[in-house]
Amino acid sequence: MADMSVAHTAGASKLGRFIIYGLLALVCLYYLMPLFVMLSTSLKSLDEIRAGNLLSLPGEFRTDAWVKAWDSACTGVQCGGLKGFFWNSVSFVVPAVVISTMIGAFNGYALTMYRFRGSDLVFGMLMIGCFIPFQVVLLPMAQTLGALGIANSTLGLVFVHVVYGAAFTTLFFRNYYVTIPDELVKAAKIDGAGFLRIFFSIILPLSVPIIVVSVIWQFTQVWNDFLFGVVFSSGDRQPITVALNNLVNTSTGVKEYNVDMAAAIIAALPTLLVYIVAGKYFVRGLTAGAVKG
Amino acid sequence: MNATVLSSTTAPAARPVRRCRWCDTLDAWLPKLVVAPTFVCSLVFVYGYILWTAVLSLTPSRLLPNYEFAGLVQYEALFDNERWWQALSNLAVFGGGFIVICLAVGLLLAVLLDQKIRAEGFIRSIYLYPMALSFIVTGTAWKWILNPEFGIEKLVHDWGFTSFTFDWLIDPEWSIYTVIVAAVWQSSGFVMALFLAGLRGIDDSIIKAAQVDGASMPTIYRRIIIPSLRPVFFSSFMILAHIAVKSFDLVMALTNGGPGFSSDLPATFMYSFAFTRNQIGLGAASAMMMLMIVVAVVVPFMYSEMRRSRHG
Repeated sequence: MADMSVAHTAGASKLGRFIIYGLLALVCLYYLMPLFVMLSTSLKSLDEIRAGNLLSLPGEFRTDAWVKAWDSACTGVQCGGLKGFFWNSVSFVVPAVVISTMIGAFNGYALTMYRFRGSDLVFGMLMIGCFIPFQVVLLPMAQTLGALGIANSTLGLVFVHVVYGAAFTTLFFRNYYVTIPDELVKAAKIDGAGFLRIFFSIILPLSVPIIVVSVIWQFTQVWNDFLFGVVFSSGDRQPITVALNNLVNTSTGVKEYNVDMAAAIIAALPTLLVYIVAGKYFVRGLTAGAVKG
Repeated sequence: MNATVLSSTTAPAARPVRRCRWCDTLDAWLPKLVVAPTFVCSLVFVYGYILWTAVLSLTPSRLLPNYEFAGLVQYEALFDNERWWQALSNLAVFGGGFIVICLAVGLLLAVLLDQKIRAEGFIRSIYLYPMALSFIVTGTAWKWILNPEFGIEKLVHDWGFTSFTFDWLIDPEWSIYTVIVAAVWQSSGFVMALFLAGLRGIDDSIIKAAQVDGASMPTIYRRIIIPSLRPVFFSSFMILAHIAVKSFDLVMALTNGGPGFSSDLPATFMYSFAFTRNQIGLGAASAMMMLMIVVAVVVPFMYSEMRRSRHG
């Protein structure tokens, strides 16, 4: 009798495992489907697109759509493809990421290892910057950038992304430095090491993981940004997300879905590569802000 | 104090340190000096600009800012505007659907993944990759998938169900639901990751004790595990609500607010009035309303977080 029930539950749990794996696999297909559709559509000819459906495979691998998306597709009035915009994005994303990460590291260090009166208040005030909807600063920022003469420039976008990204990077570094034992810094202070010396010779070497998290997070955020790009830049200075949106919504002639999809993948490629290479750190960044403490 | 005295006699012998009073003063000020620029930036570019936007929302500004005081005219105009009401009701529909579905899908996937699954890391990274994409890319992809001519409709026709129609993207009644579909695809994996982290934090001994008492797994989940995930529910809700209020890119790429303005959200409304229709005052008023919506959602969260950290 006892044996029977054990055999019964074993059978049931085997079925249960089967169902669980089946469900998980189905959900995998659901998440992968858009990527598959984008990729296969980008490799089809327009005739194939009209004749087949979303899930049909391309007859032969054509790269015309990719070449056109990169080189000659129209994004509004210009028809130079995405290449210029891709490099626009690179040119403001790199400095914005580097500067905001450096600022975050210094702030996090000062706010945890050298608590001063009001340092928690300062931190709390900075954190509110993570929560505001950016719409509430767009109009004044547009005025300011105009007045400073850096509207529609790489410098302007770097500035905006650093100003509003520093709150997040500070949060990352502060939450990381809180876990470093105070004794380490105390001992160095006793030895006479100063603020900068302790930072560069003790804290910074310990910070590699959080630097990676911060760089990846900022890179993804700034590369994927659309709001600041569409408001603070125009014409051939726009970032790739804005150019992609223009490309897809340019309604001259035949709608080339294969070019749209190739363009979308090109715009997604840098962040996707970062995710594939360093996904672990990306996830850590995502959850760092959410489940702190 | 003792330690300082002791070390000041021993340390310099080992490592000569040049000290000057001026350096010490500088060192004492350095932490503050380091934080100061960010602090000032935040003061000006966050708090100052919110105030500036508030001022603009009380003026008759149109193409250019005009700092004549006009009272609440813009807010009156805003709440007389049919399109704003559409944006608000869309936010309710989108926010509600998006948050509920993300929480449900996220929790379910986390529970499934927590059953000692082989290749868990691999599966998890598939669920999460959409978070690495721009909403513009997501919108572009789903715009194609939901295309009423060549998208899902055609696929189902090819499978033999020729009477099937699926044209939410061009149906004013349903267009906002396409935004939910795409947003859930992008964000549900993230909620899964949050729940999974929460599940991993639960003390195994409680579950084992319940098992010894003869509780079945579904009961354990319902009575013990899911209730203990309360904080995760809470923070996920806040993050999702926050994403919902700020949603802009996805709508721009997927429906561009259309057909008509049937899928407008407050963020697209604000952009449209402030930057393409030259109604700065009205745009500022709508931005202030967005801020208030976020405050209404976030303040209770901050309050409880502070209480938790003070007690914990």
